[in-house]
Amino acid sequence: MSTIVTDTHSAHDAHDHHDHHPKGIKRWLFTTNHKDIGTMYLWFSLIMFFVGGSMALMIRAELFQPGMQIVDPHFFNQMTTMHGVIMVFGAVMPAFVGLANWMIPMMIGAPDMALPRMNNWSFWILPFAFLIMLSSFFMPGGAPAFGWTFYAPLSTTYSTDSTALFVFSMHIMGMSSIMGAINVIVTIMNMRAPGMSYMKMPLFVWTWFITAFLLIAVMPVLAGVVTMVLTDKYFGTAFFDAAGGGDPVLFQHLFWFFGHPEVYIMILPSFGIVSAIIPAFARKPLFGYASMVYATAAIAGLSFLVWAHHMFTTGMPTFASLFFMYMTMLIAVPTGVKVFNWVSTMWRGAMTFETPMLFSLAFVVLFTIGGFSGIMLAITPVDYQYHDTYFVVAHFHYVLVSGAVFSIMAAAYYWLPKWSGVMYDTFLSKLHFWCSLISVNILFFPMHFVGLAGMPRRIPDYALQFADINAIVSVGGFLFGFSQLIFLAVCIKCALKKGEPAPAKPWEGAEGLEWTVPSPAPYHTFDVPPVIK
Amino acid sequence: MSTENHNPQKYYVPDQSIWPLVGAIALGLIAFGAGHYTIEWSKQEAGFGHYFLGAGLLVMVVMLVGWFGDQIRESRAGLYNEQLGRSYKQGMSWFIFSEVMFFMAFFGALFYARMIAVPWLGGAGNNEMTGQILWPGFEAIWPLTTTPDGTTTQSMGWLGLPLINTVILVISSVTLHFAHVGLEEGKRQKLKLWLVITIVLGLIFLGLQGYEYVHAYRDLGLTLDSGIYGNTFFMLTGFHGLHVTLGAIMMIVMAGRVFAGHFTKDDQFAFQATAWYWHFVDVVWLVLFVFVYVL
Repeated sequence: MSTIVTDTHSAHDAHDHHDHHPKGIKRWLFTTNHKDIGTMYLWFSLIMFFVGGSMALMIRAELFQPGMQIVDPHFFNQMTTMHGVIMVFGAVMPAFVGLANWMIPMMIGAPDMALPRMNNWSFWILPFAFLIMLSSFFMPGGAPAFGWTFYAPLSTTYSTDSTALFVFSMHIMGMSSIMGAINVIVTIMNMRAPGMSYMKMPLFVWTWFITAFLLIAVMPVLAGVVTMVLTDKYFGTAFFDAAGGGDPVLFQHLFWFFGHPEVYIMILPSFGIVSAIIPAFARKPLFGYASMVYATAAIAGLSFLVWAHHMFTTGMPTFASLFFMYMTMLIAVPTGVKVFNWVSTMWRGAMTFETPMLFSLAFVVLFTIGGFSGIMLAITPVDYQYHDTYFVVAHFHYVLVSGAVFSIMAAAYYWLPKWSGVMYDTFLSKLHFWCSLISVNILFFPMHFVGLAGMPRRIPDYALQFADINAIVSVGGFLFGFSQLIFLAVCIKCALKKGEPAPAKPWEGAEGLEWTVPSPAPYHTFDVPPVIK
Repeated sequence: MSTENHNPQKYYVPDQSIWPLVGAIALGLIAFGAGHYTIEWSKQEAGFGHYFLGAGLLVMVVMLVGWFGDQIRESRAGLYNEQLGRSYKQGMSWFIFSEVMFFMAFFGALFYARMIAVPWLGGAGNNEMTGQILWPGFEAIWPLTTTPDGTTTQSMGWLGLPLINTVILVISSVTLHFAHVGLEEGKRQKLKLWLVITIVLGLIFLGLQGYEYVHAYRDLGLTLDSGIYGNTFFMLTGFHGLHVTLGAIMMIVMAGRVFAGHFTKDDQFAFQATAWYWHFVDVVWLVLFVFVYVL
């Protein structure tokens, strides 16, 4: 099969020829275009980010002072539950899928995703799933209040009616994720341009390749465990009930067999993003590309062998606790390789500090803090002290907010010129960065201290000695929340094309096929495969 | 765009389609309806859940007919190329992998109950006091015919019906392979014959499985809510049965297409995917037969 070399110029001709996309609402409803679908995913996740964020603010408002002020405890539990569910399944995961949709076909020289119609199906399931989930607020007894981890028997014996809606909405969300992941993995295996061998793929593609594998492996397990919750609650089974021969701890095993790979699903694409941005602004090739690939694969492999570190206090046999402790600490090795490589990439680089780079640098530092507290939590004996305290909340918010969310912000700033064709507002973006950086640390860093002092998570009231730190945390929370409105303003300005026109390659040191096409990227990027040397 | 797709150098990007959105609406209606129907059913209340569920299933059927119809028309019109065929095959393989993981969750529950939960309830390991204080007199055996709270049931033997069903399902995999060989060799009569035999065997399996459920409920007192043994038995065989049903429907559609003259040696993805799916449910059954019935 002969191939045709596509340079910038002929790609531009294709753009002129093919850019008459369908107009109006039909373009979005019936689309098979990876860029349209990516855009919808990204806007959807931004909306969900604000919905979940407002629930977080409700939590922080209640916790501003000791005692019960604003909400009743049951509603507080609904807030913590829905905040977690929405942020995990509605904000972070769809944002990554949106980035995958936009960037992977461009990065590997493909015209679109491998299965474009299924791609649209994956997206449109999500609004329905979250409408159903949110509709449960209006049911008698309110929305689910058992925490995003829906531990049995909280979700079976002691839950409200809305559990059935939670279960079925999780089912269709899972279908969406599995279809999205199949699409990504097949696109990467089958749609790479000639010459784009596996070890030439950008790391974002690599990390998503592995993430997609994790998704296909564990989302069905989530489907299984929510089904057992459904039958335990409504159909008389006893999977999680000792009276019938089951065990509530079985729930935790099944849930965390899904849940731990899930947290890597939410961080591996971040690694890919940061591995694209740091070399671009350090103006050096990524240090240790191959080791990055192997480290990602190692983290994914280990993620299947560490789930019970969430369960040290359930009374597992000592041998099991030790096994999971050592496997968990082993993950620090490939993760350390990654941090080392990012730092080495910057070593003696000609660095500049545009907004994507600022977010990436913050990611490296703050994610590492979250990683360190993760090692502390992995140590079984001390976990008996930390378990279910605010220390855990601090840990996973460092890796998820200043980790995953910051990397998504970095990705948005890095690729917004490519998506929209205009440069973002530099002043607003820097304001967004500095407000976010300062407030996120006011918000989450003091949580370590109250956690170590023994403040339990998911409780609407607390002892007086935690009052000062909680007040500071709440102030940080509101500052962080409202800082994100600046990001919304930046995005809207770009969507309305208010800004300087962006060149094909706005970043001097950036590498990759996406920068060979004009900004905004043409509706169909590559009609014929480009050749990668 | 469609006229240019014969060029092997060009990628195939399908036109816009209404079906993905219809499918999402269908899933939304099903999830909303099934949720409310479950709640209403458990409380024995009248409600609106079943209307939404029914509407969702109806829209789903319309979507499947419409979407697959479009696919078949486009495929017959020769719009697809080799690369798309590879994407479909890989997609189907990964889908089957996800199904394997779904069954793994239930097999995991079964193994955990048998190896850990039930022995611990009986006082194994360092759980001496659990047995003595919480559940005195509880005997940790498998199949668990008497639960800790005293629900009793009888276990399902493996000789007789389950063994016959196993033989039927294994034979159906072989006959399906014969049908596939017929397709590869271009022997249409052989293809039709073995495909029909496979479908008949699949339907017999389902019928016998239904009979076994009646037997379990009526004669053995083995029900979905009769403790962890009944739970794992019915969830595993039930989900397997649903997959066999789906596989049988897929094969009936394939038979319709075969009799309409579709599929050749080089153009047979749908047939192949159905065959893979059938072999997959067969393998699941073998694992299930060993761990649910025999051991």
